[in-house]
Amino acid sequence: MDKRKEFTSTAAMKKVMAAYFHELDEAARTGSRKIAWCTSVGPAELLRALGFLVYFPENHGAMLGATRLAKDCIPLANAAGYSPDICSYLTSDIGACLKGETPLSRAYPGIKSPPKPDVLVYNTNQCRDVQDWFAWYARKFKVPLLGVLTQRGVGEVTSTHIDSVAAQIAALVPELEKIAGRKLEPAKLKETVGLSLECSRLWRQVLETAAHVPSPLTFFDATIQMGPAVVLRGTEAAVTYYKTFLAELRTRIKDGVWAVEGEKYRLYWEGMPVWGKLRDLSDFFAGLKTCVAASTYCNSWIFEDLDPEDPFRSMARAYTGLFIVRSEEKKEEYIGEMVKKFGIDGLLFHDSKTCPNNSNSRYGMPERLQKELGLGTVTIFGDLNDLRCYSEEQSKTKIEAFIEQLEK
Amino acid sequence: MMFLGIDIGASAAKAVLLGADRQVLASASGNSGVNFALAADGLRARCLAAAGPGAAAAYTVSTGYGRRNVSFADDTRTEISCHARGAHFHYPRACTVVDIGSQDNKIIRVDGAGKPVSFKMNRNCAAGTGAFLEEIAPRLSLPLGELDGLARKAREELELGSFCTVFTKTEILARIAGGARLEDIVRGVFGSIIKRIVEMDTLEGDIVMTGGVIAHNPYLGEMLQKKLAGKLFVPPAPQFAGALGAALFALELAAAGKK
Repeated sequence: MDKRKEFTSTAAMKKVMAAYFHELDEAARTGSRKIAWCTSVGPAELLRALGFLVYFPENHGAMLGATRLAKDCIPLANAAGYSPDICSYLTSDIGACLKGETPLSRAYPGIKSPPKPDVLVYNTNQCRDVQDWFAWYARKFKVPLLGVLTQRGVGEVTSTHIDSVAAQIAALVPELEKIAGRKLEPAKLKETVGLSLECSRLWRQVLETAAHVPSPLTFFDATIQMGPAVVLRGTEAAVTYYKTFLAELRTRIKDGVWAVEGEKYRLYWEGMPVWGKLRDLSDFFAGLKTCVAASTYCNSWIFEDLDPEDPFRSMARAYTGLFIVRSEEKKEEYIGEMVKKFGIDGLLFHDSKTCPNNSNSRYGMPERLQKELGLGTVTIFGDLNDLRCYSEEQSKTKIEAFIEQLEK
Repeated sequence: MMFLGIDIGASAAKAVLLGADRQVLASASGNSGVNFALAADGLRARCLAAAGPGAAAAYTVSTGYGRRNVSFADDTRTEISCHARGAHFHYPRACTVVDIGSQDNKIIRVDGAGKPVSFKMNRNCAAGTGAFLEEIAPRLSLPLGELDGLARKAREELELGSFCTVFTKTEILARIAGGARLEDIVRGVFGSIIKRIVEMDTLEGDIVMTGGVIAHNPYLGEMLQKKLAGKLFVPPAPQFAGALGAALFALELAAAGKK
């Protein structure tokens, strides 16, 4: 059986992530620092610049999925009135809170629960569910809930979009200053945005090593390695880590070490990961000599529109320019570019039952791209966290048949 | 030289033994049961016995849900590729294969060489598959083998609207309570299978139906034909199309020296 090849840098990543969670835990226990909860593509730079430690519930959701604790947590949220049809990050996470369960305890001994927030800040650029999710915690912890409402289905990002989102981010400042107990220092914001930009650039370079044929990296590796880009962007720690990891990838290319031994085919993964099946799918694709070389999901933490000289407007541009916010035409254009850049042979769409905004197979996109790009597509039905929605045997048969279809 | 194709499906297991000239020498079928390896052993033994003393398969390809449980197989292929190849054997031209199996429905677009160019399968729901009929028949106190004959005797159009097998059974209860004729209900059930098929993909050009459901319920093919612009074909022994495709792969792989 072909297995995923581990990276030596991963040990350093685990240390960085452990330090991040222990710092949050210590602050929550002692009150030494204020804690903000933020959506994964929310205004994290502003929060850090105001001195908050930033915690991302979506990261916790992914951990619940990857550890399969989600299966015992989701039903509790369902019973509390949160439908099995809505975001399973939300239902996993709220269910975990109701159950008093967290994967953080197993991963980072000593941590008993996620850090209690002083404020919750969302951005609806990805979905409305984040707003409802954070509202549940705002009620539970009796802490302020602040947010940015972003337009969706955006074609060209225009000044109208930027003005609206930038004004909303700026409007958060007075409220956040009150909670933080300090004034926003423009120099600090500039520095944080600069670090976030640097992290983004490094993360892009990391992902683009997979453009090499064969590739030193797969989508499955990237979903593990993206941790610091999600939870630590805007910090030196993330920048330092990705410099190390990028160096390892470049060494792999120099030494001819490839993620999939005997790579024959290269796929693009459109949609959410199936967190509870990451390793299984990684090994399965390796057995098929297929590298899932690129994905929309991992690319979603590249924010190269950030500009330290113009923090508010550039944050607005970066967070509105994301794939998930855009129109079908822009999404298709983007996938077309990725197909060329990464030498992709076929597109895999993951129709994630509880995540409609990350399921782009529902409005005819695979059929259109099949014609436009002359590439085969396959759609598997599953979910990010709720494995009750994933038919493993059917999905694997589809993937295997798709690879047979690609065989010359 | 003989070449064996074994299709261990969700419900039925099938095998086809081919000669070097692609002539079908023997075929066998049975239940997949709970021991796929045993089912495969039994089918191989029956095919070889039917082919005569000293018969042996030079190369075996397995397919279907249990394809990896066939210990003596030299290679595996998915049922998508095998049904495409099996259909193309009978109709050697570009076509669209509609396979209604026990757990899966597949719509496979096949090129002129018999290779799939795209395919779709039912979502994570068995409504509209053979399993759907297996659920419904006992509720109507009918053996599966009687459905086709009854559907042909229907007089009225009776529509069952639900996506879900369980809810369809509830709908049927309401129809029974309302005094609907059994024949009309059975044709309504067939109609619901056809609806699931035509909503999976656009059906263009020649259509070839394969799988066990059409083998035992040919009236379904007649019903589907009425919804199509193109012509519908049902090959001989459509339930063996997957096993035949696997045997054809066995022959080709052996010729290519893959052993």
